[in-house]
Order: sequence, then structure tokens, then C-alpha cells
Amino acid sequence: MFKQTSAVVAMNLRAVPQRLGASSVIVVGIAGVVAVLVSVLAMATGFNQTVAKAGSPDRAIVLRGGSQAEINSGMGRDSVQTVLDSPGIRKDADGKPIGTGDMVTIVNLPKISDGSDSNVTLRGTGAKFTRLRPELRIVQGRMFEPAVRELIVGEAALKQFKGVTVGSRLNFRESDWTIVGVFSTGGDNHESELIGDVDTVQSAFRRTGFSSITVLLESPDSFEAFKDHLTTDPTLTVDAKREPEYYAEQSKQITTLLNFMAYFVGGIMAIGATFGALNTMYSAVSARGIEIATLRAIGFGAMPVVISIFVEALLLSLLGGIIGAALAWVFFNGNAVSTLGSNFSQVVFQLTVSPALVISGIVLACVIGSLGGLFPAIRAARLPIATALRAT
Amino acid sequence: MNAIVTLSGVTKRYTRGKQTVEVLHGIDLEIAQGDFVALMGPSGSGKTTLLNLIGGLDQPSTGSVAVAGERIDTLSGSKLAKWRARHIGFVFQFYNLMPMLTAQRNVELPLLLTSLSAAQRKKNAEAALAVVGLADRSKHKPNELSGGQAQRVAIARALVADPTLLVCDEPTGDLDRNTADEILHLLQTLNREHGKTIVMVTHDPKAAEFASHQMHLDKGLLVGTTVAA
Ligand SMILES: Nc1ncnc2c1ncn2[C@@H]1O[C@H](COP(=O)(O)OP(=O)(O)OP(=O)(O)O)[C@@H](O)[C@H]1O
Ligand SMILES: [Mg+2]
Repeated sequence: MFKQTSAVVAMNLRAVPQRLGASSVIVVGIAGVVAVLVSVLAMATGFNQTVAKAGSPDRAIVLRGGSQAEINSGMGRDSVQTVLDSPGIRKDADGKPIGTGDMVTIVNLPKISDGSDSNVTLRGTGAKFTRLRPELRIVQGRMFEPAVRELIVGEAALKQFKGVTVGSRLNFRESDWTIVGVFSTGGDNHESELIGDVDTVQSAFRRTGFSSITVLLESPDSFEAFKDHLTTDPTLTVDAKREPEYYAEQSKQITTLLNFMAYFVGGIMAIGATFGALNTMYSAVSARGIEIATLRAIGFGAMPVVISIFVEALLLSLLGGIIGAALAWVFFNGNAVSTLGSNFSQVVFQLTVSPALVISGIVLACVIGSLGGLFPAIRAARLPIATALRAT
Repeated sequence: MNAIVTLSGVTKRYTRGKQTVEVLHGIDLEIAQGDFVALMGPSGSGKTTLLNLIGGLDQPSTGSVAVAGERIDTLSGSKLAKWRARHIGFVFQFYNLMPMLTAQRNVELPLLLTSLSAAQRKKNAEAALAVVGLADRSKHKPNELSGGQAQRVAIARALVADPTLLVCDEPTGDLDRNTADEILHLLQTLNREHGKTIVMVTHDPKAAEFASHQMHLDKGLLVGTTVAA
């Protein structure tokens, strides 16, 4: 049985180069499907990784009650003070709570890639900012000074947008700003932002309110006490969330969209490729109808015939899967992409073609190949030999 | 007479859609061990159909087919495949060689169904090629062989597992007169010197003369048997 099967399989595979055109339909079709699926999923993976990095469990963010994002939240200076006086917040050496009231606004910057205008988050933040975010490092230039129109730019924003290198001058709302430094936050979505002093930003943009308050908790467990205090205070209508939860909620829509795109587009393409593979294998089988019938006349069983066709389809699609995954990896792994993130501004993230994605892509290829091979194989095995021999 | 093939009351009906056509209408025949039978008849008379029943490629609608004392009309598909491997060597009009395999590999195919070792298979395949006079062509692919040579390879393939019966459907139908005669001489030699029982379908009265018996089929009925002069 094994001898029969391996002989028939070897014979079929040796015939593949003769049907190069038809066989490459399977390989190319499946490579395309896998490349698209893996790339889009790589986008989702990269986005998730960026978002998962955002936020620390010992920080909490407070927005106006009912606000989904910082951009449509607004609170007065007294609310900020009340929140910062709540229990559960870590105190600095000077005895003041470690927390900032931030004001965010959207500015337009041209993209390096095509020059088109994009929304970028400009964040004004308070004095305890560097204590609040110890992960923030200045990688070039220096920190902004309060009371002057200075900004620092995130590394990701620097890569994506024109005119934000250290020393550049920007004009927003008739006010001139200077970029004085580049910062890194370890890859979270603050790296897509411009950051400056909150009072200066407020006065330049003629605003008085705050979009959010972020505080450093005494410990992650202090969150409940902090939150309870806020919700029981009748003068406040605010929502408090742990930072990671907040960012996860912010990105849910995009993650869902990317996953939907991957599975929907990938699914449709996969169906197409399955029919392509079916078609190719049906013609391969009918082109070899006489050979198959002759083998069976000689006494070869139906099983070796089925297996040989199946194996051929599987190997061709495996090849397609590997090519597709390799293409996705070569062309997209590590590519930076930006998309609308929280605050309706750009979040820059890297496409990540992970080994798991490569494996899923190849598994998908094998599933397509199996389906494409199975039915033609069964048909070949079930066709009466006498009928098949007459096809000469 | 020592019959190696016995058919009795064999009919064969084909159903296509709602139509049923009876192609063989009650065939009784015996073929003796060591005989060389030519099965003649006009096109569409049912020669191939009858040959397929004898070779176990198809099964009768009614009646019985026995070869070497074994009823084959009752065997299941997979049993029949094993039975064919042991008892039947097929020769087809268009040779039906595997285009990707060398002559020797083609001849070896039936031996893959036996328990012979690779070395033994190679040896037997070469011996069979020597019998048909093609020992020097063992490494050639079918497209490097003439029609007559290809048919010799096919005959070697049919012989190699030492079957009970050689079954040939118009083995010279695709060959010119001289080449056809060479093939027919080869079959005659296999019959006379190696004792092979052969059933051969042919249109060609000259080809039929090489056989020891001729059977005539007309519209699904056997209409006479002639013994060669
Ligand atoms: N699978 C089938 N379904 C329906 N009819 C069939 C089938 N196979 C054969 N026939 C019919 O059976 C009849 C006999 O066919 P068969 O091939 O046995 O004739 P033949 O004597 O070998 O003819 P030829 O000399 O042309 O090869 C023909 O009328 C043919 O159309
Ligand atoms: Mg015929």
C-alpha cells in the first residue's frame, strides 16, 4: 500500500513541471490570499501591540462623565484640583500629588509620504508630567520649558510628519512654536503626539478647560478607592479608568475593523483560491484520466490515486502559502503605518508579521489545498475504470 | 478442454439517464488454457465491453464470469483490483504508458503491487523488456519510442507479473502493417513458446489470422467461432 502510494505520488509530482501553467494557478492564487491575509492581520497585530504597550496599570485617567475620548471631554480647573486631591494618588517629594491635567487639541501636519494633511494630537500637560510618565525619555534635544511656546515631538510622529525635526518652527492659530526635543515612550501611542506645557497651550489656543486628568496611583490596588471617591463626590461628573483599559477601549473599533477586514477580504479571496485550486486539480485529473485508469486497471487501488492527487494539491498550496507568507514578511514586516487612533488623530504602529501569523497563513493554504484536491481526487477514484479508459 | 475463462449467460446493460441499452445479450463462451483468441466484430458490437468483463474491469448485469476457476462477477471493487493485479495483463490500443516514467519503470509498475524487492523488480522488468526485444531501451521515456516500441513496452508491462491471461484491445490498431505484424508475431511467440493465454480484440482480419481461434461478435451476440487453419 505504501509502496503503491509513494510510487503514484512520485509519478504525479514528476509530472507537475509539465503542467507548470496550471499548477502555478494554485501556487500564485494561494500565495496572494496568504499574503493579503497575513499583511492585514499583521496590521491588527501591530496595532494591538502598540495599544497594549500604552498605559500602565498604576495610572488612571479621568474624563468628563460619558466622554469616550479625551478630545470630546472637558473639565474645569476646579474639577482638576478636586480630582488631584482625591485619596489613592501617589505624592511626590514636595508633597504634591503626581498627576496632570492635560488639554489636547488637534493640529494639522503634512505627511512625509504624500504631503497630505493629517490630524496630529497636540498635548498640553502639567508640571508633574515627567514624574507621571517615567518611561518618557528625551532622545534628542531637550525637554520643553513652561511659559514658552516649545514642544517635544514623539519619535513616531517624527518619522511620519514633515517639519517636526528639532529646531523646526510650527505655526498653529497665529502662534509660533519651536520643536526643542524628540521623545520616546517605548512605542506607545503618545509617540505619535506633540507635547508642550498645558498653560502655554491653553493660552495659545484660547482655551481654559482640560481634556483629561492622569494620576499615578499609590499602587494598582488603590484604583478602587480613588474611583469610589470620585463617583461619590457630588461636585464631580467624571469617569475614571485604569489607563490600559482606557486604551483598550479606544482601539477596540479599529482592532475590530482590522480583524473584520482581514477575515472578510481574506475569506472571500480564500473562497476564490479554493475554486481556483479545485479547477486546476479537476483539469489535472482529467488530463491524467487515462493514466489513472490504466494504473487502476493494472490493479492499483483507489486510495493511492486519491492520496497522490491530494498530496499534489497540498504540496502546491503549501508552496503558495510559504511564498505568500514570505512576501508579507519581506514587504511588510516592520513597516510603519498610521491610522486613526484615539482622539481621531494618527497612531503610528508597525506591521508585525509574527511567526504565529505565518503559521496561520500556511495552515490556511493547506486547508485551501486540501479542499481543492479532495473532490477531484474522489472523482478520479470513483469514475468507473472502463469508462475512464474509453476517453482515449 | 481445460477452460481458463468461462462466461455463461452474460448480459451487459448501460443506463444513461432514463434509457437502458443492452449491449451484450447473453454470452456463453469458454477460452482454453494456452489459447490465443481473436475477438472480431463490427464497431459497436460490444467487443471492448466483453473484453472488459473478462479482464475484470467491469461487471456483467447478469450471468457469471469465472477465470481460473474463480467467480469474478461477485467480487467487490478492491478485491477485483487485487485480482486483476494477479491474473490479468492489459495491452491497449494507445499503449497507455506513463509519460513520465522510463520504459523500465513502466514495466515495473505491476510489480509494485507484489512483495518483490526493488532489486528483484528491476531484474524482472529488464527480463520482460528482453523478451519483447527492447533490453537496450530500458532508460527511454515513452516519447522517445516509436509506436511499435511503445507497444512492446506495454506488452512487457502486461507480462512482467506473469498473469494468467493477456487481454489486448486492438493492440495493433494504431500501427502500420509491418509494425503490426511484428507485434502480432510477438504475441504469437508469447502464446506458443511461453504458453500465455491471450484474448485479443481486433478489427483486422489479417491480425486475427495470427490467433488460434476467432470469435465473432455481432450486435451483442456471439455468431460463430472459427479455428485457424
Ligand atoms: N458506458 C457506456 N454507457 C453507455 N453505452 C455504452 C457505454 N460503453 C459502451 N457503450 C455502448 O456499447 C456498445 C458497445 O461498445 P463497445 O465499445 O463494447 O464496442 P466495440 O465493439 O468495442 O466497438 P469498437 O470497435 O468501435 O471499439 C456501443 O454502442 C457503445 O456506444
Ligand atoms: Mg472497442
